[in-house]
Amino acid sequence: MTAALDRLRASSYVDKVGLTLVAVVLAWLVVNFAKSPAEFVNVMLIGLTNGAIYGVVALGYTLVYGILQLINFAHGDVFALGGLSASTVIVSLLGLDTDSSVPVIVGGMLLVLVVVMTSFALINATIERIAYKPLRSAPRLAPLITAIGVSFIVQNIALAFYGVNFRSVPNFVPTTDVFDVGGISYTWKKLVALLIVVPLLLILTWFVKQTKQGKAMRAVAQDREASAMMGIDVNRTISVTFLIAGALAGAAGIVFLLQFNMRYDTGFELGLIAFTAAVLGGIGNLTGAVLGAIVIGLIQAFNEGLTWLAPGSDWTRTIVFGILILILVFRPEGILGERTPEGA
Amino acid sequence: MRNLSELAGEVRSGGQGRTYAIVAGLILLAFLYPELVDPLESIPLIGDFVPRTDSMVVMIVFTMMAVGLNVVVGYAGLLDLGYVAFYAAGAYTAGWFASGHFEQVTFDFLSTAPDNAVGIHVSMWLVLIMAGVFTTIVGILIGLPTLRLRGDYLAIVTLGFGEIVPQFVRNGDSIGGFDLTNGTFGISPIDSLGFGDFVFRSESNRAELFYWTAVLLLLFTVFCCLRLESSRLGRAWIAIREDETAAAAMGIPLMRTKTWAYAIGAFFGGVAGAFYASFKSGAFPADFYFNISVFLLCMVILGGIGSLWGVILGGMILGYLNVEGLATLGSRLQEGGLDFDPTKYQFGIYGLIIVAIMLFRPTGLIPERRHKIEMEEGVQDTPLYDVAQGNVTTEQDQDRP
Repeated sequence: MTAALDRLRASSYVDKVGLTLVAVVLAWLVVNFAKSPAEFVNVMLIGLTNGAIYGVVALGYTLVYGILQLINFAHGDVFALGGLSASTVIVSLLGLDTDSSVPVIVGGMLLVLVVVMTSFALINATIERIAYKPLRSAPRLAPLITAIGVSFIVQNIALAFYGVNFRSVPNFVPTTDVFDVGGISYTWKKLVALLIVVPLLLILTWFVKQTKQGKAMRAVAQDREASAMMGIDVNRTISVTFLIAGALAGAAGIVFLLQFNMRYDTGFELGLIAFTAAVLGGIGNLTGAVLGAIVIGLIQAFNEGLTWLAPGSDWTRTIVFGILILILVFRPEGILGERTPEGA
Repeated sequence: MRNLSELAGEVRSGGQGRTYAIVAGLILLAFLYPELVDPLESIPLIGDFVPRTDSMVVMIVFTMMAVGLNVVVGYAGLLDLGYVAFYAAGAYTAGWFASGHFEQVTFDFLSTAPDNAVGIHVSMWLVLIMAGVFTTIVGILIGLPTLRLRGDYLAIVTLGFGEIVPQFVRNGDSIGGFDLTNGTFGISPIDSLGFGDFVFRSESNRAELFYWTAVLLLLFTVFCCLRLESSRLGRAWIAIREDETAAAAMGIPLMRTKTWAYAIGAFFGGVAGAFYASFKSGAFPADFYFNISVFLLCMVILGGIGSLWGVILGGMILGYLNVEGLATLGSRLQEGGLDFDPTKYQFGIYGLIIVAIMLFRPTGLIPERRHKIEMEEGVQDTPLYDVAQGNVTTEQDQDRP
């Protein structure tokens, strides 16, 4: 306790302001919990589920940032296009509906996952090849600006194919409760999101930690020149990173589509939220991205779901971006990241 | 590569008088434009594509904002993705000080509003300056905590502010019960420019009057930028853009210099925003969204980052496409039996322009000399550049089995 106090005294005023803010938020949460515990837990479960979905998108940002130091603005729009194409596959090709049998739904979903993830992996890698690769040696703002351009192009492709209307799929996953204990409930529909997201995260972790290609990715992220000297094919590794990021975007699109409506510009806003999550967790850090996404998901759910002194959904964007700015100002390395020269 | 300094020397020695003549001619043409529209429009085939005078006003307003953004992005090399915040701040200043929005008070100062009108009515000319000053303060407030970040981190923070400000004005109809921005309806009507009883908006040649004012404002902006470019401050910005660490080592105060870039860029955005609000007679939250920031950035990139003349050209081209060009083109295409509406995909088109420029002509239509050298030879503004610059795939790599 005294040690903690000493550390607090030694910290700069910037840290103190940051800690005070966190303390205020925690106090607000405690009061809300005391007022209605069941509602609080329900809101928290919603936040966790949404956070998991944001996490998959945030991973795409953080993977690419880790390896190229590029904020891939187009990622959010690739995600949205992925979700929209999934709606075509689900509704028009497979014809899944509320009365489909369980094996058909499970098989269909697996098929959708494979098809969408593969095609969007390839699309994302193609974007990298065409738009970012020629700028590898340009000043760093050049690929960033290009990424904004690509983002608008992808968004308009989605607009051309799907128009301005929102798309959704039939509720073939039952909306009945998995459990309902003392007013705390969780639906199958939400559980499906976790059933897709959690294995994906495990596979990704295994890939990055254990496989040769994953090790190459980490090496290139650490020092591109040295990796090249050690015989790692840097261009191939970057392509693989974009393949993985694209596959994740596709998967996230599917999961998002199962929960919400989406249209051509969904990806932009969600992309920004996911990017905030990645920064919050420490950009470039995989665990951090998921952690940050869950925190953002919780904050959003608390803001929109709690009743006592919650600003409400009108202010969600302001809160999310306010957090982004506060993190970048107070702790640019994020929760789990390391200090970089940009943020120092 | 032909020697650049030689070329520059030629322009400086022999071409100076000619350059002045060209600029003077262009300014004269710009002022005479309203008289030229009618003959130009009667030309067959291309006549339809000639912008009307009131479209020209919008084009010039956006060009002025692009020139302001160029101070931040071009001169100082700070990528600002939230410039729309300054535009909004300027427009709402006009809304607060030159409209009937604040019904609680009745105040009039040399304005064109009818006598005893409710609300604050300050002369719109003064409001232009007030908007500039207020926006400058906003720029400094945004800049102070964020400008110690570099590169893409700064871009993201400005993007964050660019998203927060529009949502703030949209939700600002009850800040603690006080109606600050009138929510989604926006503030309207806003007073017109004018002198006493000579109100621009109610004159028959209203478009011309606003147009000439816009040209004057743009000329003022360009003049300021030209003077800034070669000033001590302007040179400090370019030094920071090229190499922040070296600039700091040479004794340039980083924070102060960058904040000035922000403040001055914001000033022009604010003046342009207030002028546009007066022209449109309203400030509406739907006008302020991220795409506008990108649109302005696209103008800067198309023209040439840091190149004043380039940005004006880029601004006029894209402004034209946005206001009139794409719509005219669309109706032409539809007459030709092609069912394609380019206005629907305008941001896709701007995206294509951005990507194409970055890939094929990263220095823009009219490259700025120093920036061109930076793009060709690279700069050293963050330690990570060393890694990014090394040609990673050498022949040796490809030889490997």
